[in-house]
Amino acid sequence: MATDTITNGTVSRARWQHLDTILATASPYADEDYVPGPNTVSALESSKILVIGAGGLGCELLKNLALSGFKDIHVIDMDTIDVSNLNRQFLFRQSDVGKSKAEVAAAFVEKRVPGVKITPYNGKIQDKDEEYYMQFKLIICGLDSIEARRWINSTLIDMVDESNPESLKPLIDGGTEGFKGQARVILPTLTSCIECQLSMHAPRAAVPLCTLATIPRQPQHCIEWAHIIAWPEQRKDDLLDMDDPEHVSWLYQKALTRAQEFNITGVTYAMTQGVVKNIIPAIASTNAIVAAACTNEALKLATDCAPFLSNYMMYTGDSESGLYTYTFEAEKKDDCPVCGQLAQNIAVDPVTTLEDFLGTLAERAEAQLKKPSIRTEGKSLYMRFPPGLEQSTRPNLSKKLEDLVSDGEEVGVSDPAFAIQFKFRLNFAK
Amino acid sequence: MAEVAPREVTPPPLQAPSAKERKYDRQLRLWAAAGQKALEESHVLLVVGNSSGSNSSVAGIETLKNLILPSIGHFTIADPATVTESDLGMNFFLEQTSLGKSRAEETTKYLRELNPDVEGHYIAKPLRQWLYQTDSLLQYNLILICAPLPLDHLQAFSSYALAQSIPLVYIKSSGFYFTASVQLPAEFPIVDTHPDPDTIQDLRLLAPWTELQAAEKELGDLTRLSDHDHGHVPWLLILLHYLEEWKQAHNSEYPSSFAEKKQFQSLVASKARTANPEGGEENFDEAVAAVLKSISPPSVGSGCREMFAMPSCTNLTQSSANFWVIANAIKQFYSKHSVLPLPGTLPDMKATSAGYIKLQIIYKNKARSDIAEVTDNVRKLEASLNRSASSPIANSEVEQFCKNASFVRVLTNPSNLPLPELRFLQSDTKTLSKLPVILTAYQTISEVFVALNVDAIPSDSLLELRQLVDEIEGCTLEERINKAIEEARRCEGSELHNTSSIAGGVIAQEAIKLLTRQYVPVDGVVIWDGIRAKTEIVKI
Repeated sequence: MATDTITNGTVSRARWQHLDTILATASPYADEDYVPGPNTVSALESSKILVIGAGGLGCELLKNLALSGFKDIHVIDMDTIDVSNLNRQFLFRQSDVGKSKAEVAAAFVEKRVPGVKITPYNGKIQDKDEEYYMQFKLIICGLDSIEARRWINSTLIDMVDESNPESLKPLIDGGTEGFKGQARVILPTLTSCIECQLSMHAPRAAVPLCTLATIPRQPQHCIEWAHIIAWPEQRKDDLLDMDDPEHVSWLYQKALTRAQEFNITGVTYAMTQGVVKNIIPAIASTNAIVAAACTNEALKLATDCAPFLSNYMMYTGDSESGLYTYTFEAEKKDDCPVCGQLAQNIAVDPVTTLEDFLGTLAERAEAQLKKPSIRTEGKSLYMRFPPGLEQSTRPNLSKKLEDLVSDGEEVGVSDPAFAIQFKFRLNFAK
Repeated sequence: MAEVAPREVTPPPLQAPSAKERKYDRQLRLWAAAGQKALEESHVLLVVGNSSGSNSSVAGIETLKNLILPSIGHFTIADPATVTESDLGMNFFLEQTSLGKSRAEETTKYLRELNPDVEGHYIAKPLRQWLYQTDSLLQYNLILICAPLPLDHLQAFSSYALAQSIPLVYIKSSGFYFTASVQLPAEFPIVDTHPDPDTIQDLRLLAPWTELQAAEKELGDLTRLSDHDHGHVPWLLILLHYLEEWKQAHNSEYPSSFAEKKQFQSLVASKARTANPEGGEENFDEAVAAVLKSISPPSVGSGCREMFAMPSCTNLTQSSANFWVIANAIKQFYSKHSVLPLPGTLPDMKATSAGYIKLQIIYKNKARSDIAEVTDNVRKLEASLNRSASSPIANSEVEQFCKNASFVRVLTNPSNLPLPELRFLQSDTKTLSKLPVILTAYQTISEVFVALNVDAIPSDSLLELRQLVDEIEGCTLEERINKAIEEARRCEGSELHNTSSIAGGVIAQEAIKLLTRQYVPVDGVVIWDGIRAKTEIVKI
């Protein structure tokens, strides 16, 4: 059996007594091919694993992986530590505020769990190429951004080469909101992917601009007005920074004044921050549940000691009955724009202008594309880049869809946030 | 001579958050200042029974971690063990240098680093040396116990918790499984249950009061409104308006059957103006969408009904808790008006700012007058019960209760039943006789609970369970039980850090609910099966 060596001596294998017991005995639930014992332990120790995100989930993931026998862990995060992280991101202290999350988290766990190697990268996932991602056996995401999840999802799917089984990298994804969370396992190209499940995570409906501009009714409307209308009008030279207290105070005061004008009550500083930064409540306990549920699947995938999750677990800690989990198999979609073969059907009003249609792609649950460029098989309808093409396709924006495409025609939509092209079939609503 | 202060606009308070509000911002958005205060006033005791060999201590430690981070006031770890090598491979809050030292002391030291706002204490003496002394548990308001614990000690904790009306959780973590049994006091009332916002609308469309009716009357003939005004009538008034029209055509009856509601929906839809560039009106679309949800008599939640029927609600005494005095006052209100106090919140809807605010004020004023009536009932009860010794119930407490009245819950443990694990150990026949029902009624992972208690369940009871005829997904109950027992046995009680980390998250969520008295805590046993990634709650 493997021995753990650390720079200043040897770590006794007795440390891993409980884990070894479980990996050395056969489970009635494990696959028939599972061979418990030293080989399983070595397989685990040689599984290089990548953790994306060193925040609420990431801190937990690093601790759990290190104490589950993983020895070679990499972690990516572009953020620095903020004071509002300290209520749950337990590897960080007040004195760490401002430092790189990935670096502080990696150093802490390496020190606490001798024998584990954690390699931090303080930057964006988009900085790395296929060669980088190819080195890992597994990838776990603990992210709060849907966009980053979609990017890694499409990248991993793109990497799959049928002639090389090593190119298939299982992706485990966790997410939380308040007392709720989810863990899911994705085998790129084989099972339902993040994009297939996108409509389960629909964006919040935006308040119409005319409500903000002329008929606000809620404190949130006044805050959005200050954010979207007042700031660009009155401080167009300043880049809004929600971490700058002066900026937040300004928005708050503007929103408050507007609210008083309309007799609306309830604008607070905390609400201003919440609305403008789109703050999602987050607590240590939910992160613990979701991160450990993800690590559990990583352990199973790396050792085969039990069947892994197929493929989605939803945890609800604030239900009327106390709590419940819903574990189910999300379906792979044939018309998934990332892992499917077919174009996705999308109903459109033929008299809508191209510009309005592109605007709706940001809000449609199944698309959520903020900067789309669009082309048919034969021609470019609207391209944001390069500038020359943008200029020549711009006149199409004001044209009606029926003047640009035929009913049922397939279009390709690309967005700078994603590596791939989305295929949609535009069906005219009758 | 009194000086009259000149009227001037005072600058609004800056309201910038304090350092504490910034640190706890992400959780204050869930349980607010009141929940935070309750957490900070609490003292959680963690008891680790087994000084050597397998135990579920890491599940307990991880729970504490998740309570220290959001800032409970105090925690105490009672654990007589010294740190061994295998602890270092499981417990994140120990270091190499901890080997051979008191596990309670070392873990307390590293846990305290998580949050300087929290006080940590430890007891390294064996339980027998302190548990049975007078008032040994007086300072704690939540007790967490890591299994196993000798029967006499477990009984002592359980009885104490029931006598003092504090909750207790018994935690077992082994291999891919864990269970957490929650022992509740005889009565556990929750006012702020945080119901799903989509379910809480109580707008009284079928029971409008005078001011609301007047607002509808003021609209006059809708067909004569300008296009702008017509497109900005709040949907709520649209529905009230056409409900009146409907009643005139239907013997003063409201639409009640599904078919009638659909018919009413079509009626409303037909009144929208469509000769405009949008081809319709947003407020009418909202009205049509709201029909099925809003056209029903004001309801009383089942939790509230149960509360009204409870003896503590009807038989008040001088020492009744504030909760029950208010509950009784609300019950009087309900008996008189056949509706609960109005919550007074209005959802957002298409309207002009002034039109919406006017409607909002009508709802708020009605809610205020209902609260005033309930408060009046409360004051009369205080006087008649001779409660002058205790300070009067705060207006804010009455207000909070009125706003949540329909969703209030009282969890109960009427016969003061101790933990099911304790009842197994005592071979309680009534408890054992419920096992077959549990295994066949909860058809998912309930056999895990049997597997983790296999040593405490008499063999004839086990045999009986195996013989039950039941099958799911081609697996008989006997196979299910045998597999789960085999899985539990092969782990030899070995605690996996990762399973205990899930346990720590689940139990901390429950502890937060129990300590803040917000949300609905689990009433029963939580079972986690990490092989199938599922939970189940059973109540025995």
